[in-house]
Amino acid sequence: MATNTGSLTPLDVTRAPEGGEIGPVQSGWRLALREFAENKLAVLGVAILVFFVLFSFVGPLIYHGNYLNSSLLATNLPPGAGHPLGTSNQGFDELSLIMVGGQAALEVGFFAAAIAIIIGTLFGAISGLIGGFVDASMMRVVDVFLAIPGLFIVLIVAVRYGASVLSLSLIIGGFSWLVPARLVRGEVLSLRVRDFVSAARVAGSSRWRLIRRHLIPNALGVVIVNTTFQVADAILAIAALGFLGFGLHWPHQDWGDLLSNGVSYMQDGYWWQIYPVGICIVLVVMACNLVGDALRDSLDVRLRRR
Amino acid sequence: MIGYILRRVGTAVIIVLGVSFVIFLLLHLIYPSPAIDVLGARANRVTIAAFNQANGFDKPWIEQYLHYLNQLLHGNLGSSIKLNQSVSALFQERWQRSVYLTFVSLTLAVVIAIPLGIYQAIRRNTIGDYVATSFAFVVYAMPVFFLGLILIQVFSLDLHWFGYEASQSSSVVAVAGDWHDMALPVATLTLLTIAAFSRYMRSTAMEVLAQDYIKVARAKGLPERLVLWRHLLRNACLPMITLIGLSIPLLLAGNLITETLFNYNGLGLLFYNSLQNVDYYVLLAYTLLGAVLTVIGNLIADIALTVADPRIRLA
Repeated sequence: MATNTGSLTPLDVTRAPEGGEIGPVQSGWRLALREFAENKLAVLGVAILVFFVLFSFVGPLIYHGNYLNSSLLATNLPPGAGHPLGTSNQGFDELSLIMVGGQAALEVGFFAAAIAIIIGTLFGAISGLIGGFVDASMMRVVDVFLAIPGLFIVLIVAVRYGASVLSLSLIIGGFSWLVPARLVRGEVLSLRVRDFVSAARVAGSSRWRLIRRHLIPNALGVVIVNTTFQVADAILAIAALGFLGFGLHWPHQDWGDLLSNGVSYMQDGYWWQIYPVGICIVLVVMACNLVGDALRDSLDVRLRRR
Repeated sequence: MIGYILRRVGTAVIIVLGVSFVIFLLLHLIYPSPAIDVLGARANRVTIAAFNQANGFDKPWIEQYLHYLNQLLHGNLGSSIKLNQSVSALFQERWQRSVYLTFVSLTLAVVIAIPLGIYQAIRRNTIGDYVATSFAFVVYAMPVFFLGLILIQVFSLDLHWFGYEASQSSSVVAVAGDWHDMALPVATLTLLTIAAFSRYMRSTAMEVLAQDYIKVARAKGLPERLVLWRHLLRNACLPMITLIGLSIPLLLAGNLITETLFNYNGLGLLFYNSLQNVDYYVLLAYTLLGAVLTVIGNLIADIALTVADPRIRLA
């Protein structure tokens, strides 16, 4: 066998299909989707995310708690009638605060991930496609930015320019495109020399068609997987910003800020100001990671044809 | 080998220069001049102009950058506006505390994560593996401050085992001896790092277990204990070298939040206070320091890996 492999590296040998497996031909994406749906943890992750989207955006339409007018008569109430999760130190309804904070977390997570993925994909694809000196210089730029502690710069910018959903998304996204850029470049570099791309080129495909029909669909897997992790990271970043006191301003709410308000009352035992919102952060981030892991597995399986 | 190291060091120097340029430019765009923060919001235009001229903030930014770089090379990091001290003096007072916190946490994390990952790989899909995996997964998704808060709630407020504020002593020896107050900050940073390491360790150990040399070692009748010690442990530890080198940004961010949460007077807390006071040179210097540490971490990890792994032969 070793003599037949020719120029194949050992890695390619393990990836080659084993022969003798004849089944119905299905498109890779459908296979991946089925694989994904069979993964219970992945379905759980999706369910949690759907729940939080409904909870944050539809919830306030159904549940009308007070989160705008502070009321001194209702401060720090424990959970009970009228306030399922108690009230904050300003008399706001905690459940409503968490719903509104959830909007900010999901919006920033989504926008920041979108920005990071768009910049990263373009940067990586251009770098990988052009190659040579341009590629080397572009990757050194990535190296430089990767060495800069992102959280520090994000904090400095947030302090100076104030925090809104848009500005936070721009800042966090602007410092998160480096990993996707590297991933996409790697994919493009390895795809560029694959046989099916050469075949398409020999068959007379234009450069644009090559990119559109062959490179993008095949590099998409990596990008999609990374997007979910980007969302998780962005939600953690905005929570950290809010906790340090550089998050969104009233009347907007963010989860990190809610938590840091609750910390002042820890010794008084006002648990409802800390744990519900903390658990929300953990659940959403965990759900994103679950979905990302499952996507990676399902797309990997497609590669291995197992 | 020597050629490779020299080339890597050369690249690292270029990257550090690039980093200093980007950070300086970014901060320059954000804060063109600290005049308002020094003179107060009600300073008039003449005083601001005089201040800018006296401190060189009216010059073109490229000139300012070269001046700053020159000062850096002479060991001058500028001086803090609010604390009226040189930045290097501020760093000198605090770096040992930050290094102590980070070093102890990182060491503990490595010492725990390696055996844990190997245990999980050997006993994969058992209860113990599931518990460890789920635990790492939850902690991995947890904001550092929430993790710290839970530890404070359980071990300080409920059980009264440890203090909820880190040691305030100025001597690092006293800090090191004060386990009562240092246990929770160290535990927070350690758990965070373990969560980041253990899943890699588990998958690496599983990959190594599937290798032919493990089969050969078993087939020739080597006791399982020796297979694990001699063959699995050493090979599974190799990716840890890279991982530790790459974990410096995580540690810096974790350090910032842990020090703020536990009011531990190290570099992270200094950065946090400087953020609120807009202490330009401290922010600049610490961001730069973090970047340099990141580059050095990657460099050392790369070199250590080529030394440790004879399979890596570089042209």
